[in-house]
Amino acid sequence: MCKDCGCGLPGETPIGVSAHHHEHAHEHDHEHDHDHSHGHEHEHGPGDHHGHDHPHPHTHPHTHEHSHDEGDHDHPHETGDEARRTVEVRRAILDKNDRLAERNRGFFRARGLLVLNFLSSPGSGKTSFIRESVRKLGPDLKTGVIVGDLATDNDAQRLRESGAPVVQITTGTVCHLEAEMVGRAVKQLDLTGLNLLIIENVGNLVCPASYDLGEDMRIVLLSVTEGEDKPLKYPPMFQSADVVLISKIDLAQACDYDRDKALANIRRVAPKARVFETSAKTGQGLDAWREFLLQQHQERKSLDPLA
Amino acid sequence: MHELSIMQSALSLALDQARQAGAVRVHTIRLRIGALSGVVPDALEFAFEALTPGTLAEGAELAVERVPARFWCATCTREFQSDDMFAECPDCHIPSGELRAGREMELASLEID
Repeated sequence: MCKDCGCGLPGETPIGVSAHHHEHAHEHDHEHDHDHSHGHEHEHGPGDHHGHDHPHPHTHPHTHEHSHDEGDHDHPHETGDEARRTVEVRRAILDKNDRLAERNRGFFRARGLLVLNFLSSPGSGKTSFIRESVRKLGPDLKTGVIVGDLATDNDAQRLRESGAPVVQITTGTVCHLEAEMVGRAVKQLDLTGLNLLIIENVGNLVCPASYDLGEDMRIVLLSVTEGEDKPLKYPPMFQSADVVLISKIDLAQACDYDRDKALANIRRVAPKARVFETSAKTGQGLDAWREFLLQQHQERKSLDPLA
Repeated sequence: MHELSIMQSALSLALDQARQAGAVRVHTIRLRIGALSGVVPDALEFAFEALTPGTLAEGAELAVERVPARFWCATCTREFQSDDMFAECPDCHIPSGELRAGREMELASLEID
């Protein structure tokens, strides 16, 4: 679906070919108004953040008229095949991924699954945290895990220690998970009796931010060893977070972690995100995290008319 | 490096649309890229040059319109633009939880023959 206008019309998105007849009419009318053409051109870029349709068809034909007029003066009078024309598209580049993500979301909702997308830089402790979460949740929230890495199934093996069913996606050279990969992986998971699906994304604080997988919540990890200013360095990722999990809090003292600074930086970028301070090693913060997930699952279940 | 795969998606969408419109050549591909999209325009340009040879868009221009991050401040009841991508209102300094623009990654339009 188009993020801007919400049109969500992948196949039949109106393309501006029909407008091209109008353009011709305008072309001839405006040909003499050289001042206008130039004015429009330069105003458009910085001036129009919302990118409404109207400036485009009018602006571009003006630009090209002049170049055409010098060369093939007669052609535009025929069918217009030779003339440059503007096709308005206005579709999200990741339209295909967004649609597949919505399909996943529908599938997950129908099964009453709460779905979390875990994101962070490599080495911030996603796998350990997920493993300990699964143990902590136990039978109250039965969990399945999908884990993405470029190579190896090491993480899947570590996660299996928790007793949860795990599917490993190896992406090869791809630096993020996409909705299509999750859609395929979930087919390999026996979802019977599961309440929670955790997707551990590829360790990367940049690219996965752009790809919706069909999750209910984005959980972004920040370990105390990474520096308090990480949220400021990677705003797109932290801005998209529903929850920021501060991990490895047991190491806070050893690495001179400045708690106030870290929390203030998270607030600046992601003011709506819930923050949990945790340690997979000592279990600190896991009770609060567990309560939060149980509550989220309960809320979603009560919203589902089929449940 | 995900600009390469983003550009691949953008180009395949653009070429589909161009063919549907009966294009023989694509002159310009216009994208709108939000400041909070996580996409670097220079890297898109690099990917574009690598991907277009041999297609209808060979030699075409890539025009990227940057869309700044805009938030809604509920306290001041107004929108503000944030050039550093932080959500803090410049007037009341209260962080905003409502992003209004800045995550766009959109194929806006094409110029074709």
